[in-house]
Amino acid sequence: MRFRIERNPSPVWLRPLIPLLAIVFTMVLTSTLVLLVGANPFAAYYYFLVEPLSSRVSAIEVLVKSTPLLLTGAAVTFAFVGGYWNIGAEGQLLMGATAATAIGLQMEGVPPWLAIPLMLAGGFAAGMLWALAPALMRVKLAIDEVVTTLLLNSVAFLIVSALLNGPWRDPVSQWPQSPEIAASAIFPKLIPRTRLHLGFIIAVVVIILIWFVLTRTAFGLRMRAVGLGSDAARFAGIHVDRTLLTAALVSGGIAGLAGVNEVAGIHYHLIDAISGGNGYTGIIVATLGTLNAWGVALAAVFIGLIDTGAQSVSRALGVPSYLGGVIQAALLLVTLAFLLLQHYRIRRVR
Amino acid sequence: MSFSIASPAVEMRHITKRFGPVIANDSVDFTLERQEIHALLGENGAGKTTLMRILYGLYHADDGEIRIKGEPVTIHSPKDAIARGIGMVTQHFALAAPLSVTENVILGYTEGFRLGLPDARLRVAEAAQRFGILVDPEALVKDLSVGQRQRVEILKALYRNADVLILDEPTAVLTPQEVEQLFEGLRRLQAQGLSVVFISHKLHEVMDITDRVTVLRGGRVVGVVPTAHTTQSELARMMVGRPTYGVSKPDAARREDVLLRLENVCAEDNQGLPALKNVSLNVHAGEILGLAGVSGNGQRELAQVLEGVRSCTGGRVIANGHDITNAGPDKVMAAGVGRIPEDRHESVVAEMTVAQNMALEHLDEFVRNGMLDKRRIREHAEALIEAYQIKARPDDIIRTLSGGNMQKVILARVLERNPAVLVVAQPTRGLDVGATEYVRQKLLEQRQRGAAILLISEDLDEILELSDRIAVIYEGEIMGVVSPDVDIEHLGLLMSGVHQT
Amino acid sequence: MDQAVWLTFLVGVLAATLRVATPLVWASIGEVYTERAGILNLGIEGTMFLGAFVGFAVAARASDAGFGGYLWLGLLAAMAAGVLMALLMGLLSVTLGVNQHVSGLGVTLLGIALSLFGFRLVFGESSVLPSVEPFGQFSIFGDLPIVGQVFKQYLLTYIAFLILVPVAWWVLYRSSFGLNVRAVGENPEAADAAGVDVYRTRYAALAIGGALMAVGGAFLSLAQLGAFSPGIIAGRGWVCIALVIFARWDPVRATLGALLFGAVFALQLRLQTLGFDLPFEAFLALPYLVTILALAIAGRNAPYPGAYLKPYRRE
Repeated sequence: MRFRIERNPSPVWLRPLIPLLAIVFTMVLTSTLVLLVGANPFAAYYYFLVEPLSSRVSAIEVLVKSTPLLLTGAAVTFAFVGGYWNIGAEGQLLMGATAATAIGLQMEGVPPWLAIPLMLAGGFAAGMLWALAPALMRVKLAIDEVVTTLLLNSVAFLIVSALLNGPWRDPVSQWPQSPEIAASAIFPKLIPRTRLHLGFIIAVVVIILIWFVLTRTAFGLRMRAVGLGSDAARFAGIHVDRTLLTAALVSGGIAGLAGVNEVAGIHYHLIDAISGGNGYTGIIVATLGTLNAWGVALAAVFIGLIDTGAQSVSRALGVPSYLGGVIQAALLLVTLAFLLLQHYRIRRVR
Repeated sequence: MSFSIASPAVEMRHITKRFGPVIANDSVDFTLERQEIHALLGENGAGKTTLMRILYGLYHADDGEIRIKGEPVTIHSPKDAIARGIGMVTQHFALAAPLSVTENVILGYTEGFRLGLPDARLRVAEAAQRFGILVDPEALVKDLSVGQRQRVEILKALYRNADVLILDEPTAVLTPQEVEQLFEGLRRLQAQGLSVVFISHKLHEVMDITDRVTVLRGGRVVGVVPTAHTTQSELARMMVGRPTYGVSKPDAARREDVLLRLENVCAEDNQGLPALKNVSLNVHAGEILGLAGVSGNGQRELAQVLEGVRSCTGGRVIANGHDITNAGPDKVMAAGVGRIPEDRHESVVAEMTVAQNMALEHLDEFVRNGMLDKRRIREHAEALIEAYQIKARPDDIIRTLSGGNMQKVILARVLERNPAVLVVAQPTRGLDVGATEYVRQKLLEQRQRGAAILLISEDLDEILELSDRIAVIYEGEIMGVVSPDVDIEHLGLLMSGVHQT
Repeated sequence: MDQAVWLTFLVGVLAATLRVATPLVWASIGEVYTERAGILNLGIEGTMFLGAFVGFAVAARASDAGFGGYLWLGLLAAMAAGVLMALLMGLLSVTLGVNQHVSGLGVTLLGIALSLFGFRLVFGESSVLPSVEPFGQFSIFGDLPIVGQVFKQYLLTYIAFLILVPVAWWVLYRSSFGLNVRAVGENPEAADAAGVDVYRTRYAALAIGGALMAVGGAFLSLAQLGAFSPGIIAGRGWVCIALVIFARWDPVRATLGALLFGAVFALQLRLQTLGFDLPFEAFLALPYLVTILALAIAGRNAPYPGAYLKPYRRE
């Protein structure tokens, strides 16, 4: 038996359902691992998907977890829409976090209304800077940005590590972590006695901004054109290089904001695990969100839910919390496959 | 059932093939006798290539039966076809450029795990000798000329002991002299026992080389005739379905002012080799200047230079009074140049809508208060669809349109701006008769309006029909500029690089 | 420093160069095969990771059960895991034809997540890191001074340089399978028309690549460390991706690139132990930066396989 994949656009109503189908299919797939541990899949998915939402505290925690994902998801989306395969959100996030720490450490006595914008600007700029070299290499030398952005993630991690083992090593504990940033640089809490902080608002604003730019402006349409067909876009008079550069740099900047968010909203100092893989997870979020701003918002909250649920399922059923990571990775692959349904259908042939 | 020696080399019966709603082959019967050169004649889209791709296992027929030497067969893949002694040379050569001639020839036809390259080289050289095909087995394909590559393709098929050879528009890429060499070779191979299917839409070649002709139109067979008992005009009538008549060309509209001027333009191709050598041309207002030439002689590069997507290494381009030398597409358009490019798929964003593609070249005109005015984009598209009789809706993804409708979209977005200069490349390639006539009519309208039109086409009939003057390009040089009532043989000589005296 | 110290230093660096290069040779040759068939497999990092884990887990359990050939069993299991990952990549990139960048990265994320999950599953949350007695080192030059010490290496290192590299070269350029691989990566339409099964060839190249990548990972857990930790691969897969481009898709040049990387890496290790006051991260970053620089210089004219990143579908 052979299958053929044929071009055949799916009905419009099916498209928003594709990520949902992917989620369900992934859950079925990964339930085999739950069974392997000897736990009941239904119970496991209850703890994964429902339990975190059943209390106010853990529901808010889901939003906390989704905050950096909103930003990295937005960053990846912005680049991917423009046809720039930025795999470097992780490194750009780390550089944003580094800049935020550097600024935050100097903000003693500076009022928050100045300290916080300074950190945000610094983090954005650092992320952009880290995205600059691969973007220039792509535009000027036609070198695939995937490899360069990927390798720079490793370099960014080493820079953070060098800082933490060198000048920023905590003088008191001697742990490889920076001293705490100034109090005025710390994001204020949105709800007392929770971890939800200003970063969430910033992330939501960023999502709204990329929605606006991508769907409501001429620049957004040009970027889409470049992403869907750069030759045709160039033919139509669009400055492809400039557009790609902008997409890459803005994407890097947004990823940098995610780094600021982690330093100023969660940890208050720099550690080498500051990213928690959120740069890579941003790719999952962007894909699951089908490169659409609202889709990305939903996907970020969903992945935040999985992250939170992984802890509760581990506590309740003894399923290793790494199952959350497996689900996320599987979800990415399943979504990629299912997204084909947008343009293709699979037909059996004789 | 007869298995006699006389059973035909190939019989195809009631072959039907659908692509979605389009029927490419509608119950087609086709018989290839042994040692016969058989033309499969028809216009673009008539279903010739589809039929042969089915025979070669690249497509699967929805219905029908194939017999080879009297024996019913099912062909799942080219491997099956090769095993049955069928070889095919497609329009786009199926060669891996960085590999050697030997590697390309033996690819997929090796025994055992070891390649045994030295032996293979000898065998390939021996086969080349036997079939009279001149080619160096050790050369890398990327270093070969187009004509040489075609020979490698033919050698590849014969090396696999093919006794049926399918040639899909083999002369499209050749000079007249290379065509003559090809024909000589085919006659020799025919004498050695080869049967050939010759896919073409060029009547004089069909008359020249073939023994029998099957004419296809709209996916159906309209006739099978021995070449000796027919004439070009009869074949043409069968092919088109009515006596051919061109669009009627109105009287000359040429004015004195030169709207497009090329002065010693030089440019390189993608490999960095010189593709245009000191090209100088003037196109007047109200004139169509045709650029004739065999494919691959710099036409593509010239079009790209004028479209603003390829830089020149020397010379100047003046359009409508603006110096557009090395200007990007935006500047070129601003100077009043309209561009109908050779490759439709590289000039529209395939996954975007008709409306978006219609607005893309001048997006700034569709912005209000910093935001895209989606209603204007839509209304603009609706107006153009109406005016140019395009069978599409504004929100259709442009990829889903037929070639003709896609070309109309491109025409519409260019012509609505009444460009002073039009650069048109291969405007009717792949279009059906109706769409072709529509496009040609529109070009003539632009000429009457006073546009200066450079028409780059590899379709000589099109050039002859539409042009006020004809420039001939060969290896990046303009060989001469002649009038459309020139002797056709003279034109052929210019196209094959013989200088005008 | 006197001569004796220098000699020790040199011997140490050379020996370490070979050792560091070994997993890169295995994995980058795997990637060469994959990319020559037209598929960029960014799943390499996760495949190495899974190879390291599966190899270790199976070896540890077999060792516990008292099976003498536990290391070889582990290696075999790692290869099987590598093949499975490659088949997954094939399903996505060959059969379905989805974007290779994102799907490859997804395979990497999956390989890493599965390994971490599996590690917890097999070994629980014990405070003592489990370990096995790893492959031993030996020297074909015995106790000879200098060369004897330089070539005191693991069997997998010997296999990599003395068997894998020449065999990989020969198969790629002198066997019919290798010709098919190069053809489907260069011009799948041509290969198809010539009767080569494009899908099967691509799957086969992927599978060979996946097995080799997994061996590269398992070398670290079964030979070099005798243990498994989440930091075990530490971006080596990404280095291989760069090496393959740097090596213009040639197995021998990839090996030379791996040796170069190994030398830089070994040098920084030694300089560090000699007490040079430089942040060691600067040295660790050097290979990445050199690779990016090399890409900037060579990448422009890099002879990418003609069908690189392009899925093949018969129209």
